[in-house]
Amino acid sequence: MAHNSERKHWLSVLAKAPPIYFHELYDQLDQVWEYDVLRAAEIGAVMVRGAMGGSGDTFNLGEMTITRCSVKLREGSVGHGYVQGRDKLKAERVAVLDALLQTQSAPQLMAQVIGPLQDYMHKSRRDTAQKAAATKVEFFTLVRGED
Amino acid sequence: MYVAVKGGEKAIDNAHQWLDEKRRGDVSIKELTLEQIREQLPLAVNRVMAEGSLFDPDLAALAIKQSSGDLIEAIFLIRAYRTTLARFGMTQPIKTENMACIRRISATFKDAPGGQILGPTFDYTHRLLDFQLAADGERGNLEPADTPVAEQMPHITDYLKKEGIIQSEPVTGTQPKDLTREPLELPAARALRLQALTRGDEGFILGMAYSTQRGYGRNHPFVGELRVGQVEVEMDIPELGFAIEIGEIEVTECETVNQFTGSKTEPPQFTRGYGLTFGHNERKAISMALVDRALRWDELGEDNEGVPAQDQEFVLYHSDNIQATGFLEHIKLPHYVDFQSELELIRKLRTEALAKVDTLPEDAS
Repeated sequence: MAHNSERKHWLSVLAKAPPIYFHELYDQLDQVWEYDVLRAAEIGAVMVRGAMGGSGDTFNLGEMTITRCSVKLREGSVGHGYVQGRDKLKAERVAVLDALLQTQSAPQLMAQVIGPLQDYMHKSRRDTAQKAAATKVEFFTLVRGED
Repeated sequence: MYVAVKGGEKAIDNAHQWLDEKRRGDVSIKELTLEQIREQLPLAVNRVMAEGSLFDPDLAALAIKQSSGDLIEAIFLIRAYRTTLARFGMTQPIKTENMACIRRISATFKDAPGGQILGPTFDYTHRLLDFQLAADGERGNLEPADTPVAEQMPHITDYLKKEGIIQSEPVTGTQPKDLTREPLELPAARALRLQALTRGDEGFILGMAYSTQRGYGRNHPFVGELRVGQVEVEMDIPELGFAIEIGEIEVTECETVNQFTGSKTEPPQFTRGYGLTFGHNERKAISMALVDRALRWDELGEDNEGVPAQDQEFVLYHSDNIQATGFLEHIKLPHYVDFQSELELIRKLRTEALAKVDTLPEDAS
């Protein structure tokens, strides 16, 4: 059984992964797994909360769409997929991967799916941070010419 | 009063069909795709998400297309859609201190640790129409810097907090009420007010904020910090027994630093207003912070000047553009029965008044 922190890590990567790239990687796995759907993919919402002043008590900021699905592999392990947005296929595929990542397939899937997704998201975050850095300014306050 | 009427089905169907046709416009021009709206009108998408109170750029793009660009109509569509969604839970409060900032500025500290990052901004543009865009919108991309900005940037107000000269935000663990679940009751706690403000009409909140600047409840705000960027959204998943990051959203956060002279119980210190919205939405976030601060007069022991921005009831009951437009626009729907009774009443009053005039003695005129 995978450690909770590892599972949290892959589920977080999968939830946030851009759907197009995710499906591309999943299709490349070119493997079929037998599983039962415990809870069919379902679109819903979660209430996103903010903190007053960034650090105080919470308030309700607004909802975001989310899709969830649960599956059970024939060999026994149960997987849960929670993904941002309304992609039911992605939620089901994430549930399958979550179940598989708890089996001996984990190293292979980490290398073929989680790793590349993580690299992709890191790179895109870094690209943005580099662009942001190009707009960093130094303001100077001017001393008024009073004699 | 609105009384149901019957009939007109055919005319209504036809009117809607014509609406579809008008939405499509000239068919010799390419149809707008949702991707184009999402990618090329992101600020409209952001407004629809913030006031529709649902973060989903694709749905917001669809709503904008369907409403022919009438953003309040688009917000209405999103509000209606969100009521059909099952609520899977509540997230942990987003950690804006971990935001991957694309923009982060301070009007109070020019040497803000982490730096001032302008990001993609209309500020400092000359607001001249760019006719090149009319001819060909393609422009080169920004050359990125070698070194990225820091992954995390501390909140500017933290520095004032370390010195103890700004009011700290209380953490009591109180669960906030949810406007989407229970009707607004007054007086509303700050948490509920912030929810109403963040989904409130941008124009209304802007007008309220502006009124405080012009003297109707002046609170001397400085934009301590304005930041825009992506934050992770974490939620406890019951079937897992631990939290995962279920998504990433763009938000705008504004913290104002306001003057405060102190009271009987508090030493002189700065106070704050807070604005937080979905998407890149800085006019709204700043306005929200100003109005939040104005509404805090009571807890900060300030005088009630009797101005609109200090009046919870006035602000909170009029900030929701869907409620407002619903009530306003319903008066154009058939009110025949109502009007019929008014008509009869006015005829009767006129007849009586005229009869009285006829019977008046001549010297009384």
